[in-house]
Amino acid sequence: MADSRSELTVLLWRGAQEGRYETYKVPSCENQTVLDIVTFVQRHLDPTLSYRFACRVGMCGSCAMTVNGRPRWTCRTHVATVAKGGRLKIGPLANLPVIKDLATDLRPFFDKWQEAKGAFVPSQTRNDDIARVRPDSAARIAADAAIECINCAICYAACDTVRWNSDYLGPAALNRAWTLLNDERDAGNAERLRAVAASGGCHACHSHQSCQELCPQLLNPTASIAALKRRTMWAYLRGEL
Amino acid sequence: MNVGLYVWQRLTAALMVPLVLLHVVVIFYATRKGLTAADILARTRGSLAWASFYGAFVVAVAVHAAIGVRNVLAEWSPLKSRDAGILAGAFSVLLFLLGGRAVVAVVLP
Repeated sequence: MADSRSELTVLLWRGAQEGRYETYKVPSCENQTVLDIVTFVQRHLDPTLSYRFACRVGMCGSCAMTVNGRPRWTCRTHVATVAKGGRLKIGPLANLPVIKDLATDLRPFFDKWQEAKGAFVPSQTRNDDIARVRPDSAARIAADAAIECINCAICYAACDTVRWNSDYLGPAALNRAWTLLNDERDAGNAERLRAVAASGGCHACHSHQSCQELCPQLLNPTASIAALKRRTMWAYLRGEL
Repeated sequence: MNVGLYVWQRLTAALMVPLVLLHVVVIFYATRKGLTAADILARTRGSLAWASFYGAFVVAVAVHAAIGVRNVLAEWSPLKSRDAGILAGAFSVLLFLLGGRAVVAVVLP
């Protein structure tokens, strides 16, 4: 319910790679999310504001933005938990080119999924029986721990190594590669292991752990990357890489 | 950094753990016992053990430090990875020559 007595001061990034923060006054409401704030500005104050969202329930991963300095999924981030002194500063995700306002170009993020061999490579055809994967097998348990990624790119925006090293594949792509390395149905693991062991792969990670600190799905890409380091190291020592 | 550089940096780090500890013990021993330069040289000259110990130390340092410097240059300077690798390689050779010279100076009879 709107409370006309209180207003939030909201700074929104306007422009592309070059631009500036502009200030808006938005009515404060109970249970208001950051996405509600951005939507209010676009519908009531400035219809030229560009931003991206789809599901509004934390499933699609498309509404991530930088909120008061940290990347967050805006549809599930309550204003009350992040606004400092009634003030919000909302910008586009870091480490990605800005298309306009709060919308970034996610192509580098998804290109790196491809580079990390993040696509499933089937080992069977549709004529084969459905593969039986034991849920209590070590590989399946490892994959389960990392598999719920929604591709929001929050970890990519939070990562210092991505900022320093444009070749670095990033936490999400490497986390995806780790899940596939643990998929016993996959036939692309030799190539995948080479991809993540190359320059810009898992060994570029400094284990700062911003990815696991900020992942909205509470995944731990740092642990997946550490596991990739171990897996590739043994493969190298055995002469397989 | 690729897997090869990663493995070599970790292996040399593992090698240096006991070497650094023993080196510190040697420093404490030499200073607490008040050994002179002549006393030290009397122990090290012609010693295959000290030549092996500090020779291994120099090789490990030259490899380990150069890989780290390469990463710092590649991430924090405008240099491309290849150029950072060339500079770090030169730094490795410099460390090896300086360290090797010091080892030779104290172990050759």
